[in-house]
Amino acid sequence: MKRPPFWRNIRVIRAALQIVAVAVVVGAFLYLGNNLRNELVAKGLPTDFSFLSQPTGVNIADSDFDPASPVWRALLVGIKNTFLLVIVGIPFLTILGTLIGVARLSTNWLVAKAAMVYVETLRNIPPLLIILFVFNAVILQLPPPRDPSTPLDWFVISNLKITGPGFAASSGAGALLAIALFAVLAAVIVGIWRTKYSETTGHHSHRVLWSLGVFVAIVLVGYFLTGRPVSMSFPDLDGRVITGGFGGLGSYFAVLIALVMYTASHVAEIVRGSIQAVPKGQTEAANAIALSGFQRLRYVILPQAFRIALPPIINQYLNFAKNTSLAIAIGFTEITLITFQAIGNGYPAPQLILLLMGAYLLFSLTISLLVNILNRRLQLVGN
Amino acid sequence: MKKNLFSNWYNSLLTVVFGAFILWVVYSLVKYLIGVDTEIIRVNLRLYMTGRFPSEQLARLWGAIYVATATVALFARATVRNAQMKATEAGLDFERSHWTDVVRRFWPIGALILFTLSFTQTITPTLLTLVAAAIGLAAYWLGGMMPKWLIHRSWIIVVAGLVGFYAVLVGFGGVGWDLWQGFFVNIVITVAGISLAFPLGLMLALGRRSTLPAVRVLSVTYIEFLRGVPMITLLLMGAFALGFLIPGDFQFSLFLRLLIAITLFQSAYIAEVVRGGLQSVPKGQIEAAQSVGLSPWKTMRLVVLPQALRNVIPAMVGQFISLFKDTTLVFIVGLLDLLRAVQISTAQPEFFAQGLEAVVLPFAALYFWVGSFVMSRESRRLEKKLGVGVR
Repeated sequence: MKRPPFWRNIRVIRAALQIVAVAVVVGAFLYLGNNLRNELVAKGLPTDFSFLSQPTGVNIADSDFDPASPVWRALLVGIKNTFLLVIVGIPFLTILGTLIGVARLSTNWLVAKAAMVYVETLRNIPPLLIILFVFNAVILQLPPPRDPSTPLDWFVISNLKITGPGFAASSGAGALLAIALFAVLAAVIVGIWRTKYSETTGHHSHRVLWSLGVFVAIVLVGYFLTGRPVSMSFPDLDGRVITGGFGGLGSYFAVLIALVMYTASHVAEIVRGSIQAVPKGQTEAANAIALSGFQRLRYVILPQAFRIALPPIINQYLNFAKNTSLAIAIGFTEITLITFQAIGNGYPAPQLILLLMGAYLLFSLTISLLVNILNRRLQLVGN
Repeated sequence: MKKNLFSNWYNSLLTVVFGAFILWVVYSLVKYLIGVDTEIIRVNLRLYMTGRFPSEQLARLWGAIYVATATVALFARATVRNAQMKATEAGLDFERSHWTDVVRRFWPIGALILFTLSFTQTITPTLLTLVAAAIGLAAYWLGGMMPKWLIHRSWIIVVAGLVGFYAVLVGFGGVGWDLWQGFFVNIVITVAGISLAFPLGLMLALGRRSTLPAVRVLSVTYIEFLRGVPMITLLLMGAFALGFLIPGDFQFSLFLRLLIAITLFQSAYIAEVVRGGLQSVPKGQIEAAQSVGLSPWKTMRLVVLPQALRNVIPAMVGQFISLFKDTTLVFIVGLLDLLRAVQISTAQPEFFAQGLEAVVLPFAALYFWVGSFVMSRESRRLEKKLGVGVR
């Protein structure tokens, strides 16, 4: 068979197309990058990342952040604040969303309708609006910082900051932390051992009780051995300054409550859809072997529903993490607002925005990775 | 249904607790609504709807609304007639939907228009709205006389409508898009964003499925990068960093820069939606097309894409709704949309510090809620009609 001429040879065409595609993209990047560099130089801005060690000039509430600290430190504070939103929000929204999703399918007409109203209301409103509303109508209604309310003497509540009892660490707390981590490891090992035991002998594993017991025992022993380095600390109002205790800014709680409620409404729809997607035969089979309603949910329906629901729920977690950027509207100093303020202070925007995007990509990839591991373990064999 | 309220003890407990809670909510709501002072809305309605659109040019805005209404009515009529012709050609029965069905589907929008008009201070907007309704009906009736070639190419109507809309607003010394503000800009950004992002997203989805590794890697990188960052970072990029990519002092308008950023962002999500659609077309279709001798491009255009796009209409509507809600973010970079308008209205000296956010924020929420609710109901109706996901 004669080979076709090279301009009709499919292998050549494919290679040529790819080279052209890559050349176009690379060329565009080089051209735009060159423009970027020239414009930055023309405006007297640095073209690399050296500005990160310059003083920030940004004030961050609720922390002893010195405006003279370098920019990279400010960015780290922002990442910490975003992380605090994400790590607290995700468990809450999962629980709330699951409860409402199950309530939507309740046989009690009132409960089902109430859940439906909740979902249909919150799902169709922009999250930014919910944040603004919660901030204005809830948080700002709390007493002003110079005259906060102090219920039970345990809490100090104002519209600036909400503080409650917390832990104060003294020397030896580091050792206690190390012991706690060791205790977690031991608990996991005990859990695996009990599972194996249950598999080989068929007895109940009671692995949750065993793991928890091991963890608590080791931590308690360690606590006393290191000389009780952790104690309860209550917020103490000293004029306008609050010392001790553990709390968060009013704006933090506004964003948290608003986004948890918003994302939970989406999760509720996902949970409802996934429970309804479990084939009806499963319910009938469970009834045929006389499982109670609760047993049916726990052993038959929910495990299968969970497998279906997990990928869309991952998406909602990612949306939650990305929506924390809306906190910029009420001045909560998470990473987006700090970037915004740094740009306002004259630092180069392209580099800062690149770093900002990188930070969110990191959050997204981490959440994605963690939940995908779970997803892979749940997947049906052969899928 | 209602018999389950007290069927056993925990149902009764739930009913009592929830009932009390709901009664409390309704009571507070009614008390709030009776006492609410809507003066701020009455005074600022034009600010909310159109921002700082020059008032002497409002005739252009109404003209553009008339163009849009006529386009929608003509397009609807063309679609109906198209379906009718196809049905009679195939010898099938054609079921005409009654106008009461349309009312049932879209009554929230009608209610919202009436609600808005109730806050106007003169009779003029009401009259102008009636004119718009008349134009819509007239256009629908005129659509009955459209030639056949136009019905088969009904996209011409849409394109002509868009051009006309833009021309009426901007042409001959009109109002440039920097002054398109208020709820108007929310709607414009949504429609423009999705329309511009759609071709780009389609190309990316095809690129992601390409057999050329370089093209696939580039597409995947683009899609995953843009889906991993929040939209606000792209808006910040549009507002602050895009200017650095253009040599010299030439500065795009803010509206255009934000539109570019939103288009890029939405194209990644639309690419994923279209990818789902492409995956839903059975492989046998492609094999059948190949056996008839269609080239890859013709296969895509005549066999795969029509089926794929029809399958993902519900997901596309979902993306549309999502963009509609996300247009509120533009206020952070300085574009005056509905949310920003209601916020600055509470900062005006005569309305300052009266806690009126609790009045205007739900007002703004209503607009987004009605739009999203109607669209999601339409999407569910389409899902049922197309039989998506039914086993």
